[in-house]
Formats: sequence, structure tokens, C-alpha cells
Amino acid sequence: MKKFTKLTGTAIPLDRANVDTDAIIPKQFLKSIERSGFGPNLFDEWRYLDHGEPGMDSSGRPINPDFVLNKKRYQGASVLLARENFGCGSSREHAPWALEDFGIRCIIAPSFADIFFNNCFKNGILPIVQSGDVVNRLFKACESTEGYQLTVDLTAQTITTPDGESFDFEVEVFRKHCLLNGLDDIGLTLQHVEDIKAYEVRRKLEAPWLFV
Amino acid sequence: MAAKTLYDKLWDAHVVRSGDDGASLIYIDRQLVHEVTSPQAFEGLRLANRKPWRVGANLATPDHNVPTTDRTAGIEDPIARLQVETLDKNCDYFGITEFKMDDIRQGIVHVVGPEQGATLPGMTVVCGDSHTSTHGAFGALAHGIGTSEVEHVLATQCLIQKKSNSLLISVDGRVADGVTAKDIVLAIIGEIGTAGGTGYAIEFSGEAIMALSMEGRMTVCNMAIEAGARAGIIAVDQTTIDYVEGRPYAPKGDQWTMAVEAWADLHSDADAKFDKVVHLDATIIKPQVTWGTSPEMVIAIDATVPNPADETDTVKRTGMEAALKYMGLQANVPINQVKIDRSFIGSCTNSRIEDLRAAAGVAKGRKVAESVKQALVVPGSGLVKQQAEAEGLDKIFIAAGFEWREPGCSMCLAMNADRLGAGERCASTSNRNFEGRQGQGGRTHLVSPEMAAAAAIAGHFIDVADLETLAEGIEG
Repeated sequence: MKKFTKLTGTAIPLDRANVDTDAIIPKQFLKSIERSGFGPNLFDEWRYLDHGEPGMDSSGRPINPDFVLNKKRYQGASVLLARENFGCGSSREHAPWALEDFGIRCIIAPSFADIFFNNCFKNGILPIVQSGDVVNRLFKACESTEGYQLTVDLTAQTITTPDGESFDFEVEVFRKHCLLNGLDDIGLTLQHVEDIKAYEVRRKLEAPWLFV
Repeated sequence: MAAKTLYDKLWDAHVVRSGDDGASLIYIDRQLVHEVTSPQAFEGLRLANRKPWRVGANLATPDHNVPTTDRTAGIEDPIARLQVETLDKNCDYFGITEFKMDDIRQGIVHVVGPEQGATLPGMTVVCGDSHTSTHGAFGALAHGIGTSEVEHVLATQCLIQKKSNSLLISVDGRVADGVTAKDIVLAIIGEIGTAGGTGYAIEFSGEAIMALSMEGRMTVCNMAIEAGARAGIIAVDQTTIDYVEGRPYAPKGDQWTMAVEAWADLHSDADAKFDKVVHLDATIIKPQVTWGTSPEMVIAIDATVPNPADETDTVKRTGMEAALKYMGLQANVPINQVKIDRSFIGSCTNSRIEDLRAAAGVAKGRKVAESVKQALVVPGSGLVKQQAEAEGLDKIFIAAGFEWREPGCSMCLAMNADRLGAGERCASTSNRNFEGRQGQGGRTHLVSPEMAAAAAIAGHFIDVADLETLAEGIEG
């Protein structure tokens, strides 16, 4: 997994509540058996005017000029500003894969859906919860200032705006540790092999039918 | 000893190790595997030279991509075919039991697990699919995970988790005749919203919930995720035990006796404390229909499409306007006047035998309206299909003009050939009415199996109770 320490990047505002993972990456792209290459199909149905299918070359497709991802001023963005309940619906990890492949490394929203939130951390993406007021202010500033950039410092747990204003954010200790160091948590769990085995021995006595 | 919620009991029984910051290592008893969210997990195992920790804890079947028409020639779409073949290869390679496409036991994972007795009370159940919450109907702690976690469970039989908060949703009293489990859960989501359960494990209780069959309870828990909760659970009672007994993977003999004794404790203690409690009055719930692009955008069949102008919250109002535009609907129109193009009866929410019986009961002796292009019935598994055919339900559907298909996820998410065209409106027994979910530009209205059948016959949304009147009107 890619490490996440400190990031300064262009912010892009997606002004819509309840963005679901079907919208982030439509189902036809889930047929892939790969983990990469989903970026060109991120928000496919909102981003293009035609119907996308896997294997299509997206560079020549007609784009929806009104969709925020297609606006020139937001090209190269790495911080996504979003609204309530971002990432709801399907558990597809293809959603964070597509965001990461596109270049998004941090998402700031008032709330996230649980499974999506969890999946982000497994893919080097930092989801940050901020109050609706702060998110509103960031949306306004971002929309009114071309080239608006935010600095996200995971070690210090701060978001800093171009004019130096800073907001603190919360992150769980274990998740922060994994993200800062780019750690694979299977390796970490396997440090506790003896605990897992001991649990199984104990549990087998209580509930042997679970081990048939 | 302090009183515990059912969630506390399930959690405590599965803690392998508690971390310092609340992140615990939780043991997983059962993992269900399908073709869409597993290939990258198996690939990860192979790259790291790891093996499944406990092969027998996993059970696989392809469901999302499989065709629901004749399968003897295999899968036509080469990309979908490769994905299903990849599942077959991975299961063969790692020794995981898989019900392949030509196996009578193949079907939607969330139908197959319970049907086989592979989902048992007191278990932790995971699957790379958000509708894993379904299995909570058995008093199991069950939730969806991403592919990285699928790999984590394969490799370690554990997950790193933080305990959720607890939310009790009590549906008090009995529902009126003609009101189904689907109507109950849609009414709950309408009440608490699609993010109302975020961060919580929901326990569904109350007279109306405990009066449901296991099929009905699965429908309710299935849609816990549509209320934002990863897990929905229901206490174990005699209905649960009766359903599980004798299933292929269920314990037998002495172990059965021992298990049933242990399962008697799988309920919240009388004085257990929940972080939040919501009460709903079952007696006022009516048959439900969604009108928008989020499951919380739901109304009763006798109501009118809401008007965004009445909404004071700006973000919500904008969302409503966008939803009406996408759905091609006008505010204030009675929903029972809205015409449909297709009807879909199936999905992990509503494709079990009881659902098919209910829909067939409505379809019997009637005909799908000429204005309806297609009415699909897709059983949840090969065994559900077999049972339905033994009862003659297939004949009832076919005589009424419905198509009778092979089992799979089908038009719930339209990964296979079953999908809506742009602008087409569908009465669907599935779980998500998101934009494009059933096909780009498709318009989904979530309803019960009874109403999906009734809408196919009437050509528009209708309270099943009004079908009789409608027929009399035509004949008279």
C-alpha cells in the first residue's frame, strides 16, 4: 500500500449528497479481475455522454462538460470535497481503486458510509470527517478560487488552507499508523498467530459445530 | 454481570485480541465468496505465497455475472466468463467448496448460505458484498467487506474491527394484511434515512419483526445496509431453529442439541442498554414504493410524489430535484398512477421461495399488461427454482406472461444481460434505486414481490388489494 504522510494538492468539489459506489464506478467495470486501471471510468456515467464498457479507450469518448471532473481548473486534483454519506451502497473496493487510480488521495466530507470509509484506508486514501460548516466553507472557497489547494498533514492531523487557516481532524491510531507506514495489515495480523490459534482451541470446545 | 445486547454477545464471543485504541481482532466463522470481489484477493494470497487459514470456513458460488437464460452454452460475454472461470480456478486451486454454475445449489450467495445451513446462529459471517447483512436474520453478526478484507479473512480467519454503536429498531404491533417484510424495512429506511444507521449495528425487534418468517427476516436484515448499517441482527427464536434444522451444513445429533442450547442465549438481555432506540408503529405501515434515487425516498402506495418546494434543507431539496428529474416524475402525482415498463422479481432481498409464492399468488389467473415490456422472475438459487417448479409456480408465472429464469443476481445490478434501457421504469423487488443501478438511465422503484407482480398486471403501481377492484371494473 502507498504511504500517506503529507499531501498538498488541488481540491475538487463534488456537490452532491449520498454519492453511492455504483456512481463512483458502475457495475460493468467490476468484471475486471485486475486491481488497477479503473481511473478512466471513475464516475463514468456522469463524466461521459456515451455508455462506457470495459475495454473501451476512454480518451476519445464524448465528455460531459458540466461535470466537475471535466473542468479544466480541477485537472490533477488529489483532494476530493464531498457531501454527506459519501460512498454509500455496494461494498465494491473498486470505488477506492478508481479514485486512487484517478489521483485522489484524500476525501473530505461531513460523513462517509462505513464500508467505503474502511476500504479507503486499505488503499492509501485518507477519508476525513469534518463538520458540515467546515465542509461548506471549503466548498465555497474552492469554487470561488481557481487553483485552490489544500495541505493535509496526517502526522499533525491538520488540513491547511491557502491562507493559512488550519482544521484539526480525527483518525484512529491504528489506521493512522498503517497509512503513515504503508503497512499491509495481513502481515500485522499474522504477528498474532498464537492468539488466533488459542482462540480456535477455546472456541472448538464451546462450539464444536462451527469447526466441522 | 452487566446486561448485554445481542450485538455485545456476538462481539464478545469473537474477540481474539483487543487492541489499545479499540481496534480488535475478530474471528470470522464463515466467509461467502463470489466472482466479483474475490479475484484480486486470491491473487494477493498467491503473490504473498499465503494459503487460506481454514479452507472449510469458506463457501463460494458465482452469482453476479451469470446469465439467467439457457446456460448450456456457457457465458457469452468474454469478460464475465473470464471472471467466473477465475473463481472456479481459484476455488479449485485453494480447495474451497464452490457451487459452480451448473450445480443445482448455485445461486445468490445470500440465498445459498442460509439455504445450506452454512449460515448459523451465533456465527460471524462476512462476504465481499454489502448485502451480507442478510445473514443477521439468524442472530449472526454478518456484514459486507471490501476485497482487501476478503484477502485478510482468507489469510487469517480474522478481521481488524472497531466495535459499532448499537441501535435498536422496534417495530411494535402487527402489520395489516397485505403489508410485507419489504414494506416494513422500506418504512424503517424512510423513517431513519439512508445514513440513519451509519456507525451502528442495528437490532430489529418488536412484535412485527418476530412475527416474520425467516425469509421475511432476511429481507429486513438485507436492507440494513440501505439504512447505512453494515450489520442488522434479529434474535434467535423457534422460527430460526426450525428453519436451520436438517439443512446440509447444520449441526447434527449431539452437536445439534448442544448448539440449540447455546443459541437460546442469542437475544438481548431484558435490561440491555442500546446507544439509540427507535420505535415504529407497525399498524400504520402501508405497502411502500420508492419514488427517487435513494431508498429513503419512499412513500406509501396511496401517497403522492413529494414536492421539493416543501423541503427546507438546501442539500436535500437539490437532491430531490435531481431525483425527480432522473426519474422523469412530477411532484404531487399519485404514485399509483405511474406506469411501468418492466417488472423484476428477484435479488438477495426477495428471491426466496416465500417471495415467489407471494408473487405467484398475485399473478395466478391474471395477465401481464400489454404495455409492460417484460416481467422477469429470477429465483435466488437452483434449489429455490426446483422447489418453485415442484409447487407449479413456474407454470403460474409463465401462464401470466412472466419470464421464468435461471438463478442469479440478474437485474438487481445488471452485470449480466438483464437490464433496463435508458428511461425505462421498473417495479423491482431489489434493494437499490440508485441512478444507473439497473442499467444506465434506468428508473428503479423498490417494491415488495406482491406489488411487483401486481404492477406488472395493472401496468402501473397499485396496492394489491386494489387489483380485484380493477378487474371488476374492466369486466363490468
